[in-house]
Amino acid sequence: MLINRLKTIFLAFATLVLTTQVFAIVENQAQTQGHGQQEVGSHQEEGNHHGTSGHHEDHEFNVTETIMSHITDAHEYHLWGSHDAPVAIYLPIILMDQGMKVFSSTHFYHGTVKYANVDTTGKQVSYLVGSDAASGYALFQEEVYKTVNGELQFENGAPINAKPMDFSITRNVVALFMSVLLILILMLSTAKYYKTNGAVAPKGIAKFVEPIILFVRDDVAKANIGEHKYKKYVPFLLTIFFFIWVSNLLGLIPLLGSNLTGNITVTLFLAVCTLLVTVFSGNKNYWHHIFATPGVPVPLLIIMIPIELVGILTKPFALMVRLFANITAGHIIILALVSIIFINKNAAWGALSVPMALFISVLELLVAFLQAYLFSMLSALFIGAAVEEAHH
Amino acid sequence: MGAGLGIGRIGGSAMDAIARQPEASGKIQTAMIIAAALIEGVALFGVVVGLLGGNAA
Repeated sequence: MLINRLKTIFLAFATLVLTTQVFAIVENQAQTQGHGQQEVGSHQEEGNHHGTSGHHEDHEFNVTETIMSHITDAHEYHLWGSHDAPVAIYLPIILMDQGMKVFSSTHFYHGTVKYANVDTTGKQVSYLVGSDAASGYALFQEEVYKTVNGELQFENGAPINAKPMDFSITRNVVALFMSVLLILILMLSTAKYYKTNGAVAPKGIAKFVEPIILFVRDDVAKANIGEHKYKKYVPFLLTIFFFIWVSNLLGLIPLLGSNLTGNITVTLFLAVCTLLVTVFSGNKNYWHHIFATPGVPVPLLIIMIPIELVGILTKPFALMVRLFANITAGHIIILALVSIIFINKNAAWGALSVPMALFISVLELLVAFLQAYLFSMLSALFIGAAVEEAHH
Repeated sequence: MGAGLGIGRIGGSAMDAIARQPEASGKIQTAMIIAAALIEGVALFGVVVGLLGGNAA
């Protein structure tokens, strides 16, 4: 049946991810010998930062960089290990550049490191030029560009090289698939239970899911949209609620978690969905309120109409920023607390920072649920306002 | 700071209201959480602007 197939897919996916890790370790061992060479652009670099293997240098611990690399999307799961001998899961890169090119991101992460002067202050940035299958491309801040003569040209701090169409499986995409799979398994199991057993008090996974669904249906949908019209919108609200909740929770998993709902494009899409549902279900009363708010004299209306129109857009915008900021801020706090240990290079600081990080993590569990509830409740509120009938 | 003050006031009024009418504590709690999350949203708007300004600079 479909659920069993999904469970098999889930297990296969998990096994795949874990086996690639084994291959990553093996590949890394082989590569540490002839490690990716150094190639400096036109400037000499001082010191020996990315020295050859076997050295145990003292890398400057850059807090901002570490935190940002955990928050933003990436083409690998960097599990543990130093810069020179990392243990990581490398995700595939899929490009559409006159045909489809698929290769593992190892070709970037174990490729050549190049430095370039970005602006007149002499600030240098590094980028990774791909080797073997990835030749002709370079990775700068986790984005793929086409190289010209094996180099990227910078202007005002950003490369001006062309970018191929990038359909890579990055960390966020993996998190998206995992969220979707998890929700599908949960919901389809529940549905199957009811199909085989009828409308009885459930056991098993349906026992866990049913109260939540009823909560969304009654307290979120019925309360805000009204008795007569809520049924049409319950599936949408349930999807939003569970997707945000599950994605928030998955982002909290230590090594393999990825900040999906903390990506503003994802939240933008969710907010756009709410906007579309609100606008397309607006009835005459709703539009009447916007274009000819009752009880407002005509001269004032000229100011009111643009305000109301902007108001339609700002409400989903606020939803988007609220979710993004809450989740990202939570992750940053946790990462910053753990970074205290690394800044002071003394494990004893762990006695202070680990309990605090633990407390914040537990708070994040609450925030995960709360933000999901809030997003769906506000969406229900906007939909309710759109389908409301006139009072008089 | 504004968010802290605002949420503090809401929490305070919620406590007063629950003290007056313990039966309505469920509804008051719900309203309090919603208002707190909305104010948090405003505060985090500020955080986002700060992050964007810091990154771009």
